[in-house]
Amino acid sequence: MLKITNLRTSINGKEILKGIDLEVKAGEVHAIMGPNGSGKSTLASVLAGRDIYEVTEGTVEYEGEDLLDLTPEVRARKGIFLGFQYPIEIPGVSMASFLRTAVNEHRKFKALAPLSASDFLKIMREKKEMVEIDSNLTNRSVNEGFSGGEKKKNEIFQMALLEPKLAILDETDSGLDIDALRIVANGVNKLKTAENATIVITHYQRLLDYIVPDFVHVLYNGRIVKTGTKELAFELEERGYDWIKKESDLKLNGEDVKI
Amino acid sequence: MSEIQDDILNEVTSGEYKYGFVSDIDTETIPKGLNEDVVRLISLKKNEPEFMLEFRLKAFRFWQTMKMPKWPHLKIPEINYQDIIFYAAPRQQAKYASLDEVDPELRATFDKLGIPLDEQKILSGVAVDVVMDSISVKTTFKETLAELGIIFCSMSEAVKEYPDLVKKYLGTVVPYTDNYFAALNSAVFSDGSFCYIPKGVRCPMELSTYFRINAANTGQFERTLLIADDESYVSYLEGCTAPMRDENQLHAAVVELIAMERAEIKYSTVQNWYPGDKNGKGGIFNFVTKRGICKGNYSKISWTQVETGSAITWKYPSCILRGDHTTGEFYSVAVTNNYQQADTGTKMMHIGKNSKSRIVSKGISAGRSNNSYRGLVKVMKNAENARNFSQCDSLLLGSKCGAHTFPYIEVDNQTAKIEHEATTSKIGEDQIFYCNQRGISTEDAVGLIVNGYVREVINQLPMEFAVEAQKLLQISLEGSVG
Repeated sequence: MLKITNLRTSINGKEILKGIDLEVKAGEVHAIMGPNGSGKSTLASVLAGRDIYEVTEGTVEYEGEDLLDLTPEVRARKGIFLGFQYPIEIPGVSMASFLRTAVNEHRKFKALAPLSASDFLKIMREKKEMVEIDSNLTNRSVNEGFSGGEKKKNEIFQMALLEPKLAILDETDSGLDIDALRIVANGVNKLKTAENATIVITHYQRLLDYIVPDFVHVLYNGRIVKTGTKELAFELEERGYDWIKKESDLKLNGEDVKI
Repeated sequence: MSEIQDDILNEVTSGEYKYGFVSDIDTETIPKGLNEDVVRLISLKKNEPEFMLEFRLKAFRFWQTMKMPKWPHLKIPEINYQDIIFYAAPRQQAKYASLDEVDPELRATFDKLGIPLDEQKILSGVAVDVVMDSISVKTTFKETLAELGIIFCSMSEAVKEYPDLVKKYLGTVVPYTDNYFAALNSAVFSDGSFCYIPKGVRCPMELSTYFRINAANTGQFERTLLIADDESYVSYLEGCTAPMRDENQLHAAVVELIAMERAEIKYSTVQNWYPGDKNGKGGIFNFVTKRGICKGNYSKISWTQVETGSAITWKYPSCILRGDHTTGEFYSVAVTNNYQQADTGTKMMHIGKNSKSRIVSKGISAGRSNNSYRGLVKVMKNAENARNFSQCDSLLLGSKCGAHTFPYIEVDNQTAKIEHEATTSKIGEDQIFYCNQRGISTEDAVGLIVNGYVREVINQLPMEFAVEAQKLLQISLEGSVG
């Protein structure tokens, strides 16, 4: 589904991603972990098409197409969904009209007729139940005045409505209490099929108790320095990132060591 | 983003003004220029009673002693009044017994504008008065309204048929001495709408006037007078369009509203005069004086305006809150693009006790335009417990436009409560990207965000107008992203 090869990007001349290789297949869940400032959110943004980042080298192939060639809205319509770390507020625009516009854009792209208001409301009701969000939320302006937890649940709610092929969740767990975390994770699990894939970006192993990843990657200093299974996440929880930092810094100096 | 921005901005500026066509209608005009004889000629052409001619002449003489004010935040080229035609009328006379007699070209014009003239075909239940150049062409639903005692007709008709009402109220809210353009209008006004709602009557339909400038080199000076007697209610709509012409055309109207005890007047405008081309050539100068008086206790006047057209817009629809417990409201969306300029806002004069006013102004600037809000809230000595809330927001699209706010507050009574909020914002790239990421194109995202921004004002408009206004906003701003 997604194949990233030697991806390098920079912002204002500063290199952030320094050669990422990653392959994600349908049905898989990948977790990307790593210390602050290692480039996790940059990777998510670049995949979604945020143009403040300049891609200097490498390729990203999505379903056999050059992803980097597509505009953000076309990427979205082709099934890429980004769950924002900091969801954006749009005053005066109701969630309902925002989402109806979004859903109908997706449908137009698939040559489907737009949903009628009543059909849309019906679908919205179903999805709201799935992610256990307050039903008044859709009458409010997009993310305006939402609590941190509501904002994150709202991201999963949008994901449920748009049914993406590849969902990239950027620290969706940060700022959530344990109940909200469970709800968000349940939402992700319920939406999981053999045809779609999820990339979960997180700081903490905690989320992975609920969303079980097939692969765990550690991103450090713009590179994926370690890939493993769920066990790697446990090890990180226990030992922190320092040993990985050291290992990788030494590797960079040409020494092959294991700490 | 900036490259896309430029592309889209280019697209906007090449966007066509939809109402820019010229109708081929045989028009009777008088020679260019302005002097006392021209004023007399206009009055003569309209078969006016003596008192009107006197009113005009007094106004004209006063105007000659005045100079155009220089205080607005506008660049206004010199206006040569000797180069303007002050009276133009479709040749076929304006008295039609039935629609079949109306010039087909004229009917086609209004079809193109989407104005329903044919009463049988009107489903929306809007009574329409249509003013083309200097003359009211057709007023619909007159008979239905007459049954309730409501008078809704052209101003020229009112001058002849209801001279007492006209004499009693004309110029009482906006005297000809009020300002330069009010004086000019009082001297040369050609037509407009007149409306009287009798005591206790709730007008069952929206009353509406469509103004259209068609002839070249003409000015349009219409005069609207609306009186709502005790405990009556009326909602009034006004729409305006004009052909694309290279020269600037002057539109200097006067609107006077009078609300008696417990009466309510809701006055909505969707102004879409030709704004000029992308280089700022041509377009209408929209210099209008609009004022209402809440004369009786517990009366209410509400102005709602959506201003998207005109090269220059210069107007302050205002309320004199003379009665006790009166309410004045002003809801405004003013959009400027390319080289358009706007200096608009309101004046709320609190005279009565417990009078309330509310101002919600939303300015949107794009291109190289300049958009100013100017407002005065004045609380007089005896206005115990006056209250005002003002909110003035500016939205900038692009980096070459300007937004300015000039609020004036004068309070002479200690019990007054005045609140003023103001914000200036740009559409954030992060907002656009958020929409993009949900599959919404940049173009549609801007539309969505702008419509969200103006929602509070648009909600004040009657349904049919709200839809029209939303479309208009989308067209005038098509893609101008910041």
